[in-house]
Amino acid sequence: PEPNVWAGCSNGSSSLRRSRREKQTLQCQVSKNLWELLPIERAAKKEKKLKESMALSSDDDDDDDDEMEEDGDDDEQKSDADMDEEDGIQTNTDDVDNFRLPSAEESEKEGVLSVDLKTVHQRIKDNIDVLCNFSAKREEGKDRAEYLSLLKKDLCTYYSYNDFLIEKLMDIFPLSELVDFLEANEIQRPVTIRTNTLKTRRRDLAQALINRGVNLDPLGKWSKVGLVIYDSSVPVGATPEYLAGHYMLQGASSFLPVMALSPQEGELVLDMSSAPGGKTSYMAQLMRNTGVIVANDANAERLKSVVGNLHRLGVTNAVVCNYDGRQFPKVMGGFDRVLLDAPCSGTGVIAKDPAVKTSKNEADILRSAHLQKELLLSAIDSVNATSASGGYLVYCTCSITVEENEWVVDYALKKRNVKLVPTGLDFGKEGFTSFKKFRFHPSLRLTRRFYPHSHNMDGFFVAKFKKFSNVIPSASVGKDETTEGAEAIEATDSPKDKPSKGKTTKETVPAKTDAVKQKAKTNGTTAAKKSANVKTKGQQNSQTGPKKAKIAKMDGETVKKAHGKNPAMKTPEQTNASKTVKKDGSRFEKKQTKKGKSPLKMKNRMGKNKFKKMKHKLQKNK
Amino acid sequence: MRPLTEEETKTMFEKLSKYIGENIKLLVDRPDGTYCFRLHQDRVYYMRTQAFRTFTVFWKFVPDKWSIGTKCCFSMFGSGSRYADNLKPSCPQFKVWVKPGAEQTFLYGNHVLKSGLGRITENTNQYQGVVVYSMADVPLGFGVAAKSTQECRRVDPMSIVVFHQADVGEFIRNEDALT
Repeated sequence: PEPNVWAGCSNGSSSLRRSRREKQTLQCQVSKNLWELLPIERAAKKEKKLKESMALSSDDDDDDDDEMEEDGDDDEQKSDADMDEEDGIQTNTDDVDNFRLPSAEESEKEGVLSVDLKTVHQRIKDNIDVLCNFSAKREEGKDRAEYLSLLKKDLCTYYSYNDFLIEKLMDIFPLSELVDFLEANEIQRPVTIRTNTLKTRRRDLAQALINRGVNLDPLGKWSKVGLVIYDSSVPVGATPEYLAGHYMLQGASSFLPVMALSPQEGELVLDMSSAPGGKTSYMAQLMRNTGVIVANDANAERLKSVVGNLHRLGVTNAVVCNYDGRQFPKVMGGFDRVLLDAPCSGTGVIAKDPAVKTSKNEADILRSAHLQKELLLSAIDSVNATSASGGYLVYCTCSITVEENEWVVDYALKKRNVKLVPTGLDFGKEGFTSFKKFRFHPSLRLTRRFYPHSHNMDGFFVAKFKKFSNVIPSASVGKDETTEGAEAIEATDSPKDKPSKGKTTKETVPAKTDAVKQKAKTNGTTAAKKSANVKTKGQQNSQTGPKKAKIAKMDGETVKKAHGKNPAMKTPEQTNASKTVKKDGSRFEKKQTKKGKSPLKMKNRMGKNKFKKMKHKLQKNK
Repeated sequence: MRPLTEEETKTMFEKLSKYIGENIKLLVDRPDGTYCFRLHQDRVYYMRTQAFRTFTVFWKFVPDKWSIGTKCCFSMFGSGSRYADNLKPSCPQFKVWVKPGAEQTFLYGNHVLKSGLGRITENTNQYQGVVVYSMADVPLGFGVAAKSTQECRRVDPMSIVVFHQADVGEFIRNEDALT
C-alpha cells in the first residue's frame, strides 16, 4: 500500500515533523471515530483500545501507546507504524472477524516492500488466536503447519530472532506464553541488589540507600537479603556503601542456585565457575565466613573481578584458583557441596544480551551441552558422598533450552550415582520429563525453571543433586548383556532406589533393556541374581587380562582384607566401597563387581587432606 | 606462600601499629580460631589456618600452574600500605569521620579537607595513621593525619587535614592490582 512506500522515504524525518504528523493522524482518527465509523468498526476499535490499555499502563493518547509498543524497535519502524495507524484500524476490523492466511503473492510482495511492523504484530496476535482454537477458527483447506510457518516468520521479523532460536522457543513454550516471553525479553529486568549480611543488615542498608535518594523495595517473600531498585539519583554501583561492601549488584536469578545449595557453616564448598563472585560471596555470607570456599574460574581475566568483589565484601574464607573445571577432581576433591554455574548459550538472558537472538545455532547449543556434561561429571566426582552434612551438588544455567538443562541432568543421572532432590525453592516451573524426542527420568520434575515473563527474573534453570555413592559406575560397556546384568543386580539388591539406581548404572540406553529390566525386577530371585552376576563376570573376564586378575583376587578376599589393603592402593572409591560393604553385607556382591573395575577407571581422585582424614576415620572405626 | 621472616614481621607490625596500635593483639589472639600471616607475591595474607591448609593443597598438586590470588589479603609490602578493611570496627585507635559531601571525593583518591571533616578522634598527633569513616560509620579507607586534633580546630576550611593513602574505591579503580 502507498503509505508504506511513503514511510520508507521519510526514514530520516525529524522528531518534530513526526510528532506533527502524528497529531494530524490523531485528529483524523478522532473525527472518524465519532462520525464516520460503522457500528461494527467502532466496536472493534473499542476492543482494540481496551486490549492496549490492558497491556500498557498509560493510555493518555494513541501517540503514547505507539511509543510504548514499539519500544526496542528503531525510529524507522516507528514512523512506519505511525503512518499506518489509520489504515490499521480498518484492516484490523477485518482481521478480528476472520483471520486468513496471506496468499502467496501477498507474501511475495511483502518481501519486496518494507514490512509494516504494526500489521505483523496484529497478524501474530490473530494467528495465535486461531491456533489456540484451531478447530473453530481455522480457514477451510489450510492446515496447522501453514499457520505455524507464517507465525514463525512473523515472529522472526517482529522480534528479530533467527529461525533456529524461534523454533526452539516455540517448542519450549505454549503459543500463548511465547509472545509474553518474547515481549519480556525486550525489557530489562529490574536492578536487584543483595545485602551483604557479613557487614550490615537489610534494614540498615535500605535506610542508608533511601537517604541517598534511591527508590527501593524488598525483593520478595522468598529472599531475606534482596532489594529491588526502581530508580536512583546516584549510581548504585558507586555509592560509599557499595564500595564498603555492604551490598552486591546481582540479578535475582543468581540468588536461587545458592539458596538451593544452602551451604552450611564449616563446610568445604566448591564454586566451579565463580566469576564475578556474586554467588561465591552469597555462599560465604550463608556460611558466615567459616569453612572454606574454593572459587574457581577458567578465565583468569574474570578472576580479577572475583578477587575484587570478595575483598570488597569482606569474604575471608575463600581461596581463588584458576583451573579448567574439567580437571577438577584431580586438583582437589572431597567437597561437601559443589555449585556448578555452567557456561551456556545464554538464551535466558536475551534481555541482557540481545546478540543471542541471532548469533546462536544448533551447533552452539550442542557444543555448550557437551561442555556442560563434562563439567557436570567432574563436578559430581568432586563431591564427597560420605560427607556428614553435605554430598550435594547444584547445577544451574542461565539458558532455557532443554538440551542444556534437562538433557545434561539426565545424562548425569545415568552416568553417576546421583539422584535429584527438591531444590528447596517453592516457586518456578517444573523441569520437563519429556520433550519432543527426549524422554527423561521422572525425577526431573524436581528441577526448577524460571522465566522472565512469569517470574520477572532472568531465564534460569536449577537442579539439585544428592550424591549417594562415591563409586563411579563402570564406563562404556559395549554390550547390552553386561548392562542387563548390572541392572539386574541393582534391581534385586536395592528395591528402594530402584529407578534412579537402575538409571545410573545403565550406560547405553536402548529401549529394549527396559523390558529386560522389568523382567529382572519381577523375578527378583537369588538365582537370577547369581546368573546375572556370573554373566557380568564372564563378560569382564573375556575383556581384559589385568581386570581378570584383579577380579580373581577380589573374589577370594574377605571384607577385612580388602579394607586393610586400602591405604596402599590409594583409591578413595575403594575406601568408600569397603566401608559400605562393611556396613551391610548384602551389598557385598554388587560392590565387588564394581571394585574389580574401579582401579582402572580411577578418575575421582581426592584431595590429599581429605584422603588422610578418611584414612584416619577408617582406622578409628576399626 | 610462606610464613614471614623475622624482619618482615617486624616491618608489618610496625606498619599495622600505626593504624591500630595496641589492638594488634586482638588480631593474633582471636576467639574464633587460629589465624596466621603468610606472604605471597609481595602481599601479606591474614588467614585462618584452615583456609591456609586448603591453599596448600593447590600448592602441592600443581605448583607450576597455581596463579592463585587468595582472599584475606591483609597488607602489602611495596606499593604503600593498603589492605582490605575487614578489620573490626573496634580495632583502629584513631579515626576520622568525613561528611557525606566529602565522601565521594575521598573515594576518588583525594585528600580530606577541613571543610569535609566531620569528626576526629581526640589527641590525634600529626602524621598519625588514621582510618577514615563516613558519618554513618562505614569504613572508607586509610590516611595520615596532616594536622593534629588541636591544629584542626583552627585551620581554614580549604586546608588538608588527612592525607589520602588508600580507600575502598580502589576495589573498582585498581581491580587489576588486587590480584
